[in-house]
Amino acid sequence: MARNVTNRRKAVVTVLAWLVGLAIFFPILWIFILSFKSEGDAIKTPFEVLGSAWTFESYATVQERSNYFRHFWNSVVISVGSTLIGLLIAIPAAWAMAFVPGKRTKDVLMWMLSTKMLPPVGVLVPIYLLFRNLGLLDTRLGLVIVLTLINLPIIVWMLYTYFKEIPGEILEAARMDGASLKNELIHVLTPMAVPGIASTLLLNIILAWNEAFWTLNLTAAKAAPLTAFIASYSSPEGLFYAKLSAASTMAIAPILIMGWFSQKQLVRGLTFGAVK
Amino acid sequence: MATKASRAAARLMISPAVLLLLGWMIVPLSMTLYFSFLRYNLLMPGMEEFTGWTNYRFFLTDPAFTAALWNTLLLVGGVLLITTVGGTLLALLMDQPFWGQGIVRILVIAPFFVMPTVSALVWKNMFMNPVNGLFAHVAKFFGLQPYDFLAQAPLGSIIFIVSWQWLPFATLILLTALQSLDQEQLEAAEMDGAGALSRFFYIMLPHLARAITVVILIQTIFLLSVFAEILVTTNGGPGVASTNLTYLIYMQSLLQFDVGGGSAGGVVAIILANIVAIFLMRMIGKNLEA
Amino acid sequence: MSVTIRALMGACALGALGTAALAETTITVATVNNGDMIRMQGLMDAFYEAHPDIKVEWVTLEENVLRQRVTQDVATKGGQFDVMTIGTYEVPIWGERGWLVSLDDLPESYDADDILPAIRGGLTVDDHLYAAPFYGESSMVMYRKDLMEAAGLEMPEAPTWDFIKEAAAAMTDKAGEVYGICLRGKAGWGENMAFLTAMSNSYGARWFDMDWKPQFDSEAWKATLTDYLDLMNNYGPPGASSNGFNENLALFQSGKCGMWIDATVAASFVTNPTDSTVADKVGFALAPDNGLGKRGNWLWAWNLGIPAGTQKEDAAKTFVEWATSKEYLALVAEKEGWANVPPGTRTSLYENPEYLEAAPFAQMTLDSINAADPQHPTVDEVPYVGVQFVAIPEFQGLGTAVGQQFSAALAGQVTAEQALQSAQMLTEREMMKAGYIK
Repeated sequence: MARNVTNRRKAVVTVLAWLVGLAIFFPILWIFILSFKSEGDAIKTPFEVLGSAWTFESYATVQERSNYFRHFWNSVVISVGSTLIGLLIAIPAAWAMAFVPGKRTKDVLMWMLSTKMLPPVGVLVPIYLLFRNLGLLDTRLGLVIVLTLINLPIIVWMLYTYFKEIPGEILEAARMDGASLKNELIHVLTPMAVPGIASTLLLNIILAWNEAFWTLNLTAAKAAPLTAFIASYSSPEGLFYAKLSAASTMAIAPILIMGWFSQKQLVRGLTFGAVK
Repeated sequence: MATKASRAAARLMISPAVLLLLGWMIVPLSMTLYFSFLRYNLLMPGMEEFTGWTNYRFFLTDPAFTAALWNTLLLVGGVLLITTVGGTLLALLMDQPFWGQGIVRILVIAPFFVMPTVSALVWKNMFMNPVNGLFAHVAKFFGLQPYDFLAQAPLGSIIFIVSWQWLPFATLILLTALQSLDQEQLEAAEMDGAGALSRFFYIMLPHLARAITVVILIQTIFLLSVFAEILVTTNGGPGVASTNLTYLIYMQSLLQFDVGGGSAGGVVAIILANIVAIFLMRMIGKNLEA
Repeated sequence: MSVTIRALMGACALGALGTAALAETTITVATVNNGDMIRMQGLMDAFYEAHPDIKVEWVTLEENVLRQRVTQDVATKGGQFDVMTIGTYEVPIWGERGWLVSLDDLPESYDADDILPAIRGGLTVDDHLYAAPFYGESSMVMYRKDLMEAAGLEMPEAPTWDFIKEAAAAMTDKAGEVYGICLRGKAGWGENMAFLTAMSNSYGARWFDMDWKPQFDSEAWKATLTDYLDLMNNYGPPGASSNGFNENLALFQSGKCGMWIDATVAASFVTNPTDSTVADKVGFALAPDNGLGKRGNWLWAWNLGIPAGTQKEDAAKTFVEWATSKEYLALVAEKEGWANVPPGTRTSLYENPEYLEAAPFAQMTLDSINAADPQHPTVDEVPYVGVQFVAIPEFQGLGTAVGQQFSAALAGQVTAEQALQSAQMLTEREMMKAGYIK
């Protein structure tokens, strides 16, 4: 970084970047503010909203009406569970594709990705019937299975592109030293792959947390995650901005906080092999 | 380079993923294919009968079908355009040194963590609502007539909402790519008297090409099946102005409970998605080779 | 690795735990997110006190999503719900298919004969009662007395559409954000089509003639849609094409509507001072007519039904009986006041002086309900049953598709003629596909 930057230029960039950043973030900030207002105040003009009294009323109402913690826990189990199982299946596959590429490796990879393009609405009824027969409706296990499968292609691909960045010479060297395949995997590859795996893990937890089609259609009460929680506030009677804001804040806060804290890890591997 | 043994091991390691995905694809797909040739309405059990191509005929001649196809293209294309161009500009901006970089980055990536349902609900009610929404308040403040976004420009509004959600993703990938750019190369170009624009077009853009392809590929996968945003904001309307293929199939199979018709639509959508997929794979495959 | 595996097993074990049955019976109730239903969720302590062995899990959803979820579940026998909140449209169709548990064996004390005959008739198939009404509604005109007075007009008890038009013009003050009339515009067979179909009845229009031929090319439909669009474009609020019941309620409560023609249940919300800024200024009138002998009001009830095949039929029945009983009405009255009691289900409620005292809209509600005739909804004979719907399975899809067209006309994307033409075409297509017409 030997570029000479005048302070003036830096100031201009700072102002610009902050303006853009705040504009992008503003909707989230706004629902956060509205969630602490009364229903009557929440529909007023922005200045009146900011000037009105603050209250926890909406959070109390939401808490009273829904079992937030159960939905929250379901979301955690489903997103973390499906991601871990996905990784377990994907790591060997991606490893093999990256280090022992065959003629058809790329085709297999592309085929995997193409399965993600199937419109879920088209197969909902078959899956629903299948789940009914297997007794998986409204179970967390069922959702873990579905989310593992729909996110598997992304996991494999992300890991593959990351593994490919790992120089092959290191593996050669390890082999020369007589490391077995197992040792190679555990002692040489894994430490190098950790950033990529961490990033894949985070991205998939986010995707699974926010998945709203299957989670809403395959659950009723017991396994319903936060996406179902938010659905019950979508268009209630009368004034509802404050309640909707409170529920929205509660639904997105956990993942937002997790994302912010782990953004370094997330970004590090989020390259999909795009960086050389 | 690889030995026979390691090849066998590799195959073994790939097979669980492949078999699972194969099962996930084949089982529902064959059921869908079977249903698509039946007259099968959930509300009329016991009346299922083979009808040949009837479902396909009705689906393909439905006036809503062409509209939905067009809307799908516009939606995917629009969001891709906004997020890649916006993401590149934003990445360039954030690549500059400035005070509070860390915090601004946190602000910019935030929308990516928001559930599609929540973001659609929030934009629809708190911002785009023509009576109580924030935009309406702002318009009234300046003495203007509030614009009814979801009725007057339904598809545009949805493109906007979806772009807001995906802009952070594009920005992040492009920013990471930009940061890996060789600074010396840039400086050398600057010494040679290359202006900012030519530096961007001749050095940065080629370097970003691969990252942009990745952004396009990943986003297309998700954008083809945009659903929650439409369901929450416009229900596909007014008319069919914001109905995409996914939503059209939803209406067939889950609002009319016409499983046969919906399945036919599903098969059509799968075929179309695969055409897009092949096209994309060609593009990305070439780029990944490089 | 082993940590991962243990975590996985933990996740699976947790999943299994979630499904393990407890000693008490847990029933899952799917419900619509309407005020009366949500109020019940706050009053469940009384139920648990009387039935400590039953636990109720709620799944609260928006109307359209609810309908899709429960229909899918009942038709595939998915068994996710033990009690479902369903409308008068679903009950006869489902009952006929044997998808619902009949409620004929409710105890004497439940007094099924007390249910309003018009409502009960809609829930009965071949003399079997298939669902218990939680609340019933018709539609009527709600208006702002203060604005009406300021406009120098007086609302008759039974207004005509011409009067509504005149009053809407007089009350509109767009600069002051007061819109003369708020009506449903959001597409959906239970949203804008409920209103428009009911309105069309008073214009003498019908969905189908006796040979199931769609009638959108008739003069009566054209007059209905043209008048509706006139009203809404000139005197309605902006963004009307995405307004449903809830959106209009919010508008009316915040003082932005002069008149609102919608469900009678709204009466208790707009007169409730905690939610409504215009609570003491609301008047009521019967839904308008055109002098053809039919009024533009509908008939609807939200009911609790038990899907056939549930493992927990007894617990479900106990709950349904409690939620639709006279005792529940008394409970709401005690906790929230008589004006907030779910209306429109029981004759005894309308004979209760305390209720009549507390609910100024009671008589109007009862009259509106009694004025609706699902067997003869419109002026001409029709082959179907239902005031604001056509009780055939295809109607949900049809109604919504036609609703999309009319909503597009309201948004100004197509003209009334184009919307009617498309409606006629797509209805013909669907009826042909379903085999009603050759």
